[in-house]
Order: sequence, then C-alpha cells, then structure tokens
Amino acid sequence: MCSVCGCGPGTHHAHSGHEHAGHEHIGHEHHDLVLIEKDILAKNDVYAEANRERFERLGVFALNLVSSPGSGKTTLLVKTITALKKKLSVAVIEGDQQTSIDADRIRETGVPSVQVNTGRGCHLDAHMVEHAMEDLPLVRNSVLFIENVGNLVCPASFDLGEAQKVAILSVTEGDDKPLKYPDMFAAATTVVISKIDLLPYVDFNVERCIGHLGSINPDLDIFQLSATTGEGMEAWIEMLTGAATQAARKALCHA
Amino acid sequence: MHELTIASALVEQVCDHARDRGASRVGSIRIRMGALSGIAKALHFCFPSAAKGTLCDGAVLYIDEVPLTVMCVRCDAIKTPSGHYNFRCPDCGHPTPKVITGREMQLASIELVGADAPPAGAHASAGATDNSLSSQGI
Ligand SMILES: Nc1nc2c(ncn2[C@@H]2O[C@H](COP(=O)(O)OP(=O)(O)O)[C@@H](O)[C@H]2O)c(=O)[nH]1
Ligand SMILES: [Mg+2]
Ligand SMILES: [Zn+2]
Ligand SMILES: [Zn+2]
Ligand SMILES: [Zn+2]
Ligand SMILES: [Zn+2]
Repeated sequence: MCSVCGCGPGTHHAHSGHEHAGHEHIGHEHHDLVLIEKDILAKNDVYAEANRERFERLGVFALNLVSSPGSGKTTLLVKTITALKKKLSVAVIEGDQQTSIDADRIRETGVPSVQVNTGRGCHLDAHMVEHAMEDLPLVRNSVLFIENVGNLVCPASFDLGEAQKVAILSVTEGDDKPLKYPDMFAAATTVVISKIDLLPYVDFNVERCIGHLGSINPDLDIFQLSATTGEGMEAWIEMLTGAATQAARKALCHA
Repeated sequence: MHELTIASALVEQVCDHARDRGASRVGSIRIRMGALSGIAKALHFCFPSAAKGTLCDGAVLYIDEVPLTVMCVRCDAIKTPSGHYNFRCPDCGHPTPKVITGREMQLASIELVGADAPPAGAHASAGATDNSLSSQGI
C-alpha cells in the first residue's frame, strides 16, 4: 500500500497533492514521502566550509577570481604576483577546461601553481579545490588565488571557501554587464573593472557601471585598473596586502 | 552545461537519502527553484540523463518555481517585479539589492518506493525481533 495516499495495488488514482504521473503502483510497492528541505548544493557548501576553516586556521587569504573568458584574470594575476611576492607567500590554483597555458604563465613568476582541468565542467567546486591543495604547498600566512573557469553564470553558485569572490569585468564588455549577470555580482564581494587603458576606445561609462553594481550589491568593494599600464594597481595591491595581514593576525589569535 | 551540474548534484543528494533508507527506487522528487536561477526548464530537460542508471532513474521531477520578490526601502514594501528585472523597484525605480525570494535551489521532498522503515525505525524493529525471540524462548 502507498503510505502517502493509502491506495492499494492496482488502484487507479489521480488526486491533488500526491500525483503519480510517470510511475505506477505495481504489486505491493511501499511509497514513502520524505521531507528533505535542503539546498541542492548543500554538499558543495560542506566542502567549502571545510576549506574556509582550513584557510582561516592557517592564515591563508583566499580569493576566487571569476569573469567571462578574456577579461584579464591571468594577466592581472601575473602583475599582482610580481608586486606581492617580495612581501608575501603566494600560490595559485588555475581552473581551466582544457589547457595548462595559464598555470604555465603563473609558474613563470616563480610561485607554485596547480592546474585543475575541469574538462566539460564549467566551474570549479569546493571539492576540486580541496584536492588541488594536496598538490600545493599551502603555506601559513599566505595568499591563495583561485582563477575560476571563464564563466559568469555557475561559479556564482559554488562557494569555494574563499574570503573574497572577485568578479573581473573589462571595459570592452559593456557597462550593463552587471545587469546581464546579476547573480555573480550579487554573490561577489569585490569587483575589478579591468583594462581601463582601453576606455578612450570603447563606449563604457564607468559611472553607469558602478551605478548598476550598486543597485545589485551596495557592499561591493570596487577597483578600476589596467594590468597593462599599471594604472590603479596600487589600491588593489594595498587592499590585498592589508587583507592578507589581517588573515594572518586572525589565525594567530585562534592558534 | 550548468543545469547538468545542478541536476547531478540533485541526483547525488537524492540517491544518498534513498540509499540510507533502503529504497529500491525514487518515485518522484519535488524541488523549489527561484525565478532568478533561470534554469527550471533546462533542468527538466537534462534531469533524465543525470538520473540514468541511478536510483533516481525514471523518477518524476516536480519543480515549484518561486517568484522573485524584493525589498524596496523607499516604498518600505516587498515588491514583485515582473518581466525584465533591472534590480530596481518596479514602482519607484529605487535600487532593490535585497532579494527576499527568487534565489532558491532547494530539494523539498522525495517519494521513495520500496522503502524499508527509516533508519531509526530499523533499529527499533531489530529490537523487536530480539524481544519476540526471547518471548518465544519462554
Ligand atoms: N589593453 C589591455 N589588455 C589586457 C589587459 N589585461 C589583459 N589584457 C589582454 O586581454 C586578453 C585576455 O587576458 P587574460 O589575462 O588571458 O584573460 P583571462 O581569460 O580572464 O585569464 C589578453 O590578450 C591580454 O593581453 C589590460 O589591462 N589592458
Ligand atoms: Mg586565464
Ligand atoms: Zn500513491
Ligand atoms: Zn558550471
Ligand atoms: Zn575527494
Ligand atoms: Zn519602491
């Protein structure tokens, strides 16, 4: 008998609240309605919390870099690492669907980098990051950059355990991009408006873009910079240095 | 591609529950998807392939779409934007970053078929078997 509706074997029934479309009651199968009430991505969140706890314990300042393909994540990383590595230990996890080109570009800077090939997968998840850390010396009081797969949709839903989710938006992509991908900008903590050296050549209104960002997420920390010319890089580097110092100090308190 | 990831995560979670409860298969799954997730239709489409060969194979997926509601601080009211949403109040145009509902991606309930008693009950019935054995001994 069906424990949900009490119907017996062979009973023909169609009633509200308990539909049987697509499956039949054959013989004496037992039905049970089980309430779950859990987020579909709950499992990812468990891995993400474990990563976060580990980062906090070790004083690792972790950032998840997300953007459309070609917004300048790797270029910004290379420039950032060059500026940071004298003062801080840095490591990088590179998410890429196929190649290891980006990880090679990072390794040229002399910092450790691991490549996670997601294959057909369009984002990194927290479990992949946990495994990537096995291949990385995760140093106390360091900075960990995670370059996500170029995609502004699903990386918004996958917490990796990072302290900051940095969405990078280049001025060649249009100032209304935040409205087209609101979930990402709602989930982000930080936005980098990149390639500002190209502003004279493109129709991109920085004020309007910042207006859109504010209506989606008023708490965003916004930077405007060019990795190519170096303009605006100081504020970005200063924020990173400050946040890394704070993460290290917090870990010391908890030790 | 994204919806396949969500479908796979869903199938994995449902299968875990079904296995824990000794079900022979999953009859139906009810989930709640916020309007902002934008993948309800795509999820319907790719669920069968994610479920193939698992306990969820053949299960019916019911999706309850949760409408978008946002808080407008200027109107001091909860609003329900319709059509293209630009993160502004549909009545006064004030920015409305605070989404009340519409971001959900939740597993609400599952219907298990051929389920044994739930784990807690399973222990109880094991105890009952012992009792009946000992009473037989007397
Ligand atoms: N003009 C200009 N080009 C840039 C800048 N940053 C990156 N690029 C170029 O944008 C392209 C994509 O950059 P890349 O870092 O690979 O983007 P990713 O896919 O987000 O990692 C490359 O051709 C870069 O040289 C910048 O600040 N200014
Ligand atoms: Mg890259
Ligand atoms: Zn029934
Ligand atoms: Zn994805
Ligand atoms: Zn694992
Ligand atoms: Zn209003």
